[in-house]
Amino acid sequence: MASRQRGATDPAGDREILSAGDVARTVARMAHQIIEKTALDAPSAPDVVLMGIPSRGAPLARRLAAKIAEFSGRTVHEGTLDITLYRDDLRRGPTRPLEATKLPEGGVDDKLVVLVDDVLFSGRTIRAALDALRDHGRPRAVQLAVLVDRGHRELPIRADYVGKNLPTSKTEDVVVMLEEFDGRDGVVLK
Amino acid sequence: MKHLLSTDGLDRDQAIAILDTADRLKQALLGREVRKLPTLRGRTVITMFYENSTRTRVSFEIAGKWMSADVINVSSSGSSVSKGESLRDTALTLQAAGADCVIVRHPASGAAHRLAGWLKHTSTSVVNAGDGMHEHPTQALLDAATLRDRLGSLDGRRVAIVGDVLHSRVARSNVHLLTTLGAEVTLVAPPTLLPTGVENWPVAVSHEIDAELASQDAVMLLRVQAERMTGGFFPSSREYSIAYGLNERRLKLLPEHAVVLHPGPMLRGMEIASVVADSPQAAITEQVRNGVHVRMAVLYHLLAHEEENA
Repeated sequence: MASRQRGATDPAGDREILSAGDVARTVARMAHQIIEKTALDAPSAPDVVLMGIPSRGAPLARRLAAKIAEFSGRTVHEGTLDITLYRDDLRRGPTRPLEATKLPEGGVDDKLVVLVDDVLFSGRTIRAALDALRDHGRPRAVQLAVLVDRGHRELPIRADYVGKNLPTSKTEDVVVMLEEFDGRDGVVLK
Repeated sequence: MKHLLSTDGLDRDQAIAILDTADRLKQALLGREVRKLPTLRGRTVITMFYENSTRTRVSFEIAGKWMSADVINVSSSGSSVSKGESLRDTALTLQAAGADCVIVRHPASGAAHRLAGWLKHTSTSVVNAGDGMHEHPTQALLDAATLRDRLGSLDGRRVAIVGDVLHSRVARSNVHLLTTLGAEVTLVAPPTLLPTGVENWPVAVSHEIDAELASQDAVMLLRVQAERMTGGFFPSSREYSIAYGLNERRLKLLPEHAVVLHPGPMLRGMEIASVVADSPQAAITEQVRNGVHVRMAVLYHLLAHEEENA
């Protein structure tokens, strides 16, 4: 399984979309795009804050922040924003455990906030994140970075930075694996 | 979870889930501009207090409001209760009027359980905010939250509960919860203020406060509940204070890291000396602050999931 080829389908019907190396390259590319689009290396660069949405958005935000610092020499603050209390489906399942919320030093007021998540699907998580963010302050602008955009939006929301556009059927499952949680990096379509 | 009636029967996972949620809520509310979460929008929470209370009622009301629930307060005076309506009829009226959750405090032990029984076939949740000399589960949860903040974990920690254990619902709820969470509890009281059957509780019992203090990680003082006392339980309040009050001398017997708790209202000079109540080891205002987060967590666990019919 370790030497499985990209795009190959294993006997269980899982298809690897991104390998560990692909994930690293994708994150690096997204970091470059964020630097370019926000003009981070210009003298009048805005204050950029990356807010990861737990669980897997949080380590992605940390990785993007590290890459941005490496490529641009500028430190961007990062934090995590749990959106559970803002979900619109809390009454459609068992009690959901809450995740960590950690605002970066200096908060989000007048910052350019980039929300970071692993998969963009219905858009409802991002809707909740926008509501949560509003209660924490008033950012100058909000952008969205996702590792995988799998389509099927149910709200008028789109991402500013997309690692991989992945056409899927609604019955498929996109599984993003990250070292921090799963012991290895990769994206698999089930 | 549909109701929160007691800490007896609350298992370790449930208790820790509520405490973790309270921690997360505290974190989520830290330094934010708008101290309001939309989580319980459109839900109605009614507090029904048949006994006086400041901190518990206010704390439940704030908890509900910070989560955007509509909170309505009913007290026995100024409602149909003063006209002679029974607890059952009042509860059914509130349920019919649309209460998703009824928070009840009542002088009779077992009142919250009866209420939950009457509301069995409805989706209304019941929270026990203190029933007679039985239980006060959210107080025990906020005490546990405060001890976790100060001491890290409760596993293997030693907690002394000092004073009027006999009349104390706080003591009962704490004995269950703290032992469930792994703490070793010692009850310290004169024999007249210990309940019968205490030898079957999962605790150690002592009548000598000075002998216990050096080995404790926390001391929880109880108010002497004169309103529930029908006979002479001790010769005089001065004598009680000398024998069991936490004064400056006794504070020095405690280890430096030990925490002093009091559920309030405090009788300064009686069970706790003023200097002790205001010392850095006292966590009494933290208890109140944690009370709001713990009660938010309880409402979240009771109301923010799909309906279950228990």
